[in-house]
Amino acid sequence: MSYEAVIGLEVHAQLLTESKIFCGCSTRFGAAPNQHTCPVCLGLPGVLPVLNKKVVDFALRAALATHCTITPTSRWARKNYFYPDLPKGYQISMYELPIAEHGYVEVPALRTGSGQALRLGSGQAPEQAKKVRLTRIHMEEDAGKSIHDAEAGASLVDLNRTGVPLLEIVSEPDIRSAAEAGSYLRSLRALLQYIEVCDGNMEEGSLRCDANVSIRPRGSTEFGTRTETKNLNSFRAVEKAIEHEIQRQTEVVEAGRRVVQETRLWDADREVTRPMRSKEFAHDYRYFPDPDLLPLVVDRAWVERVRADLPELPAARRARFRRDYDLPAYDAEVLTARKDVADYFEASLRACPAAPKVVSNWVMDSVLRFVKEEKLDAALKIETWPCPPERLGALIGLIQDGVISTTIAKTVYEDMRRTGQAPEEIIASKGLRQVSDTDILQAAIAEVLTANPDKVEAYRGGKEKLLGFFVGQVMRATQGKANPQLVNTLLRQKLAQ
Amino acid sequence: MSHHALTIHQAQQKLRAREISAVELTQAVLTRIQETDERLHSYLTVCTEEALAQAEAADRTLANGATPPPLCGIPVALKDVILAQGVRATAGSKILEQFIAPYDATVTQRLKEAGAVIIGKVNCDEFAMGSSNENSAFTPCRNPWDTDRVPGGSSGGSAAAVAADQACAALGTDTGGSIRLPAAFCGVVGLKPTYGRVSRFGVVAYASSLDQVGPCTKDVRDCALLLDVIAGHDPRDSTSVNTPTPGYAAHLEQGLSGLRIGIPQEYFIEGMQPEVETAVREAIAHLQGLGAEIVSISLPHTEYAVATYYIIAMAEASSNLARYDGVRYGYRASEVEDLGALYQTTRAQGFGSEVKRRIALGAYVLSAGYYDAYYLKAQKVRTLIRQDFLRAFEACDMIATPVAPTTAFRLGEKLADPLTMYLSDIFTIAVNLAGLPGLSVPCGFDQHGLPVGLQLIGPPFEEEVLLRAGYAYERGHDWRTRKPPL
Repeated sequence: MSYEAVIGLEVHAQLLTESKIFCGCSTRFGAAPNQHTCPVCLGLPGVLPVLNKKVVDFALRAALATHCTITPTSRWARKNYFYPDLPKGYQISMYELPIAEHGYVEVPALRTGSGQALRLGSGQAPEQAKKVRLTRIHMEEDAGKSIHDAEAGASLVDLNRTGVPLLEIVSEPDIRSAAEAGSYLRSLRALLQYIEVCDGNMEEGSLRCDANVSIRPRGSTEFGTRTETKNLNSFRAVEKAIEHEIQRQTEVVEAGRRVVQETRLWDADREVTRPMRSKEFAHDYRYFPDPDLLPLVVDRAWVERVRADLPELPAARRARFRRDYDLPAYDAEVLTARKDVADYFEASLRACPAAPKVVSNWVMDSVLRFVKEEKLDAALKIETWPCPPERLGALIGLIQDGVISTTIAKTVYEDMRRTGQAPEEIIASKGLRQVSDTDILQAAIAEVLTANPDKVEAYRGGKEKLLGFFVGQVMRATQGKANPQLVNTLLRQKLAQ
Repeated sequence: MSHHALTIHQAQQKLRAREISAVELTQAVLTRIQETDERLHSYLTVCTEEALAQAEAADRTLANGATPPPLCGIPVALKDVILAQGVRATAGSKILEQFIAPYDATVTQRLKEAGAVIIGKVNCDEFAMGSSNENSAFTPCRNPWDTDRVPGGSSGGSAAAVAADQACAALGTDTGGSIRLPAAFCGVVGLKPTYGRVSRFGVVAYASSLDQVGPCTKDVRDCALLLDVIAGHDPRDSTSVNTPTPGYAAHLEQGLSGLRIGIPQEYFIEGMQPEVETAVREAIAHLQGLGAEIVSISLPHTEYAVATYYIIAMAEASSNLARYDGVRYGYRASEVEDLGALYQTTRAQGFGSEVKRRIALGAYVLSAGYYDAYYLKAQKVRTLIRQDFLRAFEACDMIATPVAPTTAFRLGEKLADPLTMYLSDIFTIAVNLAGLPGLSVPCGFDQHGLPVGLQLIGPPFEEEVLLRAGYAYERGHDWRTRKPPL
């Protein structure tokens, strides 16, 4: 029998607010353990939470960007469980009345090959987009961090992260394959980055994902028993774990057994999921409305204020790239898939405004290839990329102005990435400037023609295809520095004589 | 009169007239504590050095000549669930026996800003859970009128200390009657303000939707003076309300004429101690004589109040007390094998039996499958109870009832039966569920010389009317001049 996977994702996105959700402590990453704490986030006796309104702004941005219905009066709830990194013994979250519901994320359909980290496909245009519906978005506070392996015989707790705001974004079970799950997650991350609420860094844990997976006979409309897989801290883990889980469940069902509803952990080293020990999660969180916080009332004016501040979203940017820069659909899609890439493209273009398509080619072929090869698929900021966009623009400008050839430019780009030097410096120090001096070129041409009298004869006899051969020989003789257009013209003139 | 017996307003006058110094007053109160507390156990922590230092500072302010802050040099005690920076805060529990508060509660900060001297931390039932003070993990506080009897709870230490002149005034907390019941049992004035009137920040939480800090004082004027200092919006407590405070002490003498006082038939029940009913009815008649109009009202959902209260309060408590886990502060069990054992042993050894009972019941009513039947149902009944009151206030300006069905009972008398104990709060609990202000004023004594309390209940944020009526009543009687035989 053939089976179909039914997948829903629960995503936790750490919000980029300056301070925590219920106190004034900093959210900055990387401080010494327990530095960003106060009586409130330490859960000392007598403390009370006070909502950081900025968190609501961020949640509303996400809700608007995902076409959600915003709940006019939502409510905070306590999720009760014991763990040393949860100082109050409960997490303040939302339960019955989340801030937003019933949205969707547009996910481009898959191109050939799955799991392309940066959508550098074979060049096919995307097919029709699919909508993955969202069940809900809610706000909650993060827990701290338990460190089990730093000291023998003891576990340590760092509460810097306690109270950092999170959005939980829950999808409907609309996803049908591991690759589609990856695609959805990338689209969602792109959205969150566009609206500048989350840096999207899965490795550092600012974007986390749990996957609910079940299978059913193809054609069936009922749901099978699902499992929840946790500990997915990269796109690769999400896709691999789902693939593994589909495979595992299929084997279970085909062996005549039943899938057990349970929480499983992804073991990235062995590339398998395994059941979590029942001690590792609580069964009953005893949710109830948090009496320390008032119901959250979001009126129309608040929503409109946030809407007015919303930055350009991927779809709009895609359309603008096609319209204003006359880019093909594929280019627009690839460049806007990530906000940082789109920003990088536009910053490069500012240094070389006349040639958007050339800049696009460079960003897609060179920049993204290096980012991918060097596994820089994290939340990169333009300023930390190996080659700043102004320099890439300048490099392309030099090609446009005939200072160097495209071939030379590729080697210059390599050096720029490696050394951080400006293209002009590299060209000057390595003597890569394109040769447009007709005397030098004439001499080289004369040499090539003299060395190949038979081919000159053949050309003149009508085999004009041989022009390419002569151009290649001249380029080789000049170590690639000859201006190819000029060589072409001069060769034609010479051979016509 | 000896200095320790002074009310706030009497002490204010004498301090400002430089008849006594703040240090003398504080010293007198400290001496009084020393002489009487072996019998009463009102205090868990006496802040001798800090109090004397604060008193010296107050004397410097008083010597300045400018108008001093309202409580300048007045010794005030805090229930041990209210945090004062650098001072131990046990909440009456072993689990916090060594816990030193690293910050001031908002009410503590306001008292300090008003010049008050924080004289010490007073006894209470563990985590404010109890009606007799016998649930204190240390030693039960005694009733100054008869040390074989309970002072009431949970703010028993607050009421006993004020009644015994071990402080000019005290703050307590009231979740289901915990200020009003001990005030009645000890013959002092106690006020539970409207929910949201006083900040809860820095107050160890028992049941967050019900807890409220309030004054416990020797007379009604003091109660108004203290409320003036602690009431008002606090941005650190999201449930504190941003409505203006009218200046309670300034409006005390406006009298009662035209006020309608509602008497709910449901609050005069079978099995009440007859002397309590007699005293309360006489008090109501007195108020009528002062110009109030007496109307009969009904609060039909009264009989569900105790059950509703215990479901909601225990549910919230089960969550509020989860933080006492031995991980970061407070008591930690030693020699445990793993994390589960650390939690279980710490909490088994650190909490007393009533606290454990309430946590267990609270966890139960919130658990999957029972939530709707218990917690959700209780919230609905809570709404009905509040509506009862709001409807009643269409026909009257305040409601008069007894504070409790009996006067102070003997230690141990109700300890074996929690349900009987819970019924001590039968007249006070609905007020918390409805979030209303309630004032307890002494209105007589029973044949054993034990005080009886009159409860006045007002609409939300109408503390002023209650204090005005309480003041008018008090002026017609000399109950407050009687002192316990210590």
